[in-house]
Amino acid sequence: MPKTGSRDGTRTIDVGALARVEGEGAIYVTVKDGRVDDAKLRIYEPPRFFEAFLQGRRFSEAPDITARICGICPVAYQMSAIHAMEDVCGVTVDGQLRELRRLLYCGEWIESHVLHVAMLHAPDFLGYPDAIRMAQDHPDIVQTALRMKKIGNRIVTLLGGREIHPINARVGGFYKTPTRQELDTMIDDLKWGRDAAADLVRWTSRLDFPDFAPDYEFVALRHPDEYPMNEGRVVSNKGIDVGLEDFEETFIEEHVEHSTSLQAHIKDRGAYHTGPLARYSLNFDRLSPIAQEAAQDAGLERECRNPFQSIVVRSVETLYAYDEALRIIGQYEPPDRPFLDVPPRTGTGHGCTEAPRGVLYHRYTIDDEGIIQAANIVPPTAQNQRMMEEDLRAFVDDRLHLDHDELQWQCEQAVRNYDPCISCSCHFLKLHVDEV
Amino acid sequence: MTSTDLKPKLAVWKFASCDGCQLSLLDCEDELLAVVGEVEIAYFLEASRATMDGPYDISLVEGSVTTPDDIERIKRIREESKTLVTIGACATAGGIQALRDFKEIDDFLSVVYAHPDYIDTLQRSTPIAHHVYVDFELRGCPINKHQLVELLNAFLNGRKPNVPTYSVCVECKRRGTPCVMVAHGTPCLGPVTQAGCGAICPAYNRGCYGCFGPKETPNAEALGRWWWSLGVSADDWVRALRTYNTGAQAFREESERYAKDRVS
Repeated sequence: MPKTGSRDGTRTIDVGALARVEGEGAIYVTVKDGRVDDAKLRIYEPPRFFEAFLQGRRFSEAPDITARICGICPVAYQMSAIHAMEDVCGVTVDGQLRELRRLLYCGEWIESHVLHVAMLHAPDFLGYPDAIRMAQDHPDIVQTALRMKKIGNRIVTLLGGREIHPINARVGGFYKTPTRQELDTMIDDLKWGRDAAADLVRWTSRLDFPDFAPDYEFVALRHPDEYPMNEGRVVSNKGIDVGLEDFEETFIEEHVEHSTSLQAHIKDRGAYHTGPLARYSLNFDRLSPIAQEAAQDAGLERECRNPFQSIVVRSVETLYAYDEALRIIGQYEPPDRPFLDVPPRTGTGHGCTEAPRGVLYHRYTIDDEGIIQAANIVPPTAQNQRMMEEDLRAFVDDRLHLDHDELQWQCEQAVRNYDPCISCSCHFLKLHVDEV
Repeated sequence: MTSTDLKPKLAVWKFASCDGCQLSLLDCEDELLAVVGEVEIAYFLEASRATMDGPYDISLVEGSVTTPDDIERIKRIREESKTLVTIGACATAGGIQALRDFKEIDDFLSVVYAHPDYIDTLQRSTPIAHHVYVDFELRGCPINKHQLVELLNAFLNGRKPNVPTYSVCVECKRRGTPCVMVAHGTPCLGPVTQAGCGAICPAYNRGCYGCFGPKETPNAEALGRWWWSLGVSADDWVRALRTYNTGAQAFREESERYAKDRVS
């Protein structure tokens, strides 16, 4: 491991990889007069041009094609694309088909959140490089987590055909809907998972958290009566409350030189925070009683601004997802048809859903044949990128006295708090500290 | 020397991709701890911040080559790897991002990015085997995790992986799924697509859309005629061939028979 070096007043640290994120990036921190002058999250992930090659494709292909943006949260891409296309065509999918979409999303939240909480994030708090080494000392935690994650994947597989890039969701509904009996086979596992998630909330709440709680502007969906997944208005704790048609007026994407991901900010304001902390803080009252109770017993307030505690909030959301899955299965009656017909018509539509990592926005323009003319996709990690940089700046400033290895690990954690999905836009993270 | 020194060193590398194929390893919830008991995870950034220098016994490579730097990196990885296996449609066929091959890359850049000059990218998205010798290619978008475990098992035991190259049709028959094309008139790529997924789509009342790429000796031209008899337009036939395995020779050549834009 290279050591911190100082020469001619310039200190440069260039060290190995930050791991346990999806995709590749690097951290650059510039130190001037003993203070952090600048902090950048550099995203190297090679561009893949989805918005460009969607042009000329059929509107019905968008869910399967955009799923390939991210192997971790393909359901999120499918859902945002489907809702956007239904918006263009003026079709509303309701009733049991809507419930099944929510159930599919519960499966993805569970597998993605448990992966992050136990396999990617927890090793930071316990001082391990990964969950595999952690499993040698904490086998119960890792084995339980693997089983919890498997149940999330089982939901996705049952409803979607397979866990990664599921094949069953389509514009208008599903290719095939499950029988009651098929869903009922999940109940015992889901009840076990709900209990295990309650334990996970307690366990994560007892980890050591640094004292760090920025005054974030949280952005999430807000629905009249549900904890947000598929639908809602886009709201913030500082006054934003807009429909999806105003998303691009409110949040501006810009192309910065150090990143192949576009960075978003609030127009005339600045960085914002989307993801579990934002969802939770803006929608605590929409959580089911069991999830609210677990959060409060774990010592969480109705608003949580410490990004390190996102590990607790993800556990709460995991508990909620198990609970919600049980609710959906309990009331399920197979719909008459697996999908509604959605004839294409000329127009532009918007879809925005809550991916595990936050708000995922899609916009499409199609013609009357259903051919895509234009597409725009704003993934959560692109929205959080600037906030991650601001967190780094504030967090590192108080920790510059740490030795290099420790400082690097802390920086990594400040980024991993966001469960960044750099693949959705971004390669491995390196920490560079330039002292000028 | 400790016992871990004797374990084969496994490395997992990423190029342009969605991370889904390497995630398949973490999705082996029942087998993961057993697998890592048999190998030393020497480099797997999605899972661990601890990394070991090469050489590596097995390298799994996900993703396609899309930047000048990628070409140098895959050559270094090959030099350090006793066995190099590519996993997934991006690594074996260039992935969905190979759709750029049919367009001018500058047009694509300006659609997505305001400052195309910041972006360093190649005109084409190419499979790993275009650049280095590959010992085995595991197909799929995504790969089948059971095939991945079979592959690791085979290499750890010095035998050839048991990965069939016949069509999805065989899996439908084995699964007892009635043919969606014959019974329902649903266009299906199954007859020309390699098995591996378990014939999921027909079991869900939809046609196969080709995630595992062309089977051994496919007759795509004959399947195209069948699709037209079902009322599919030439444009939609071309779209069906140009998805996640658009760079695979059999699919690309068949699509180019009807499309104006060809890869020169």
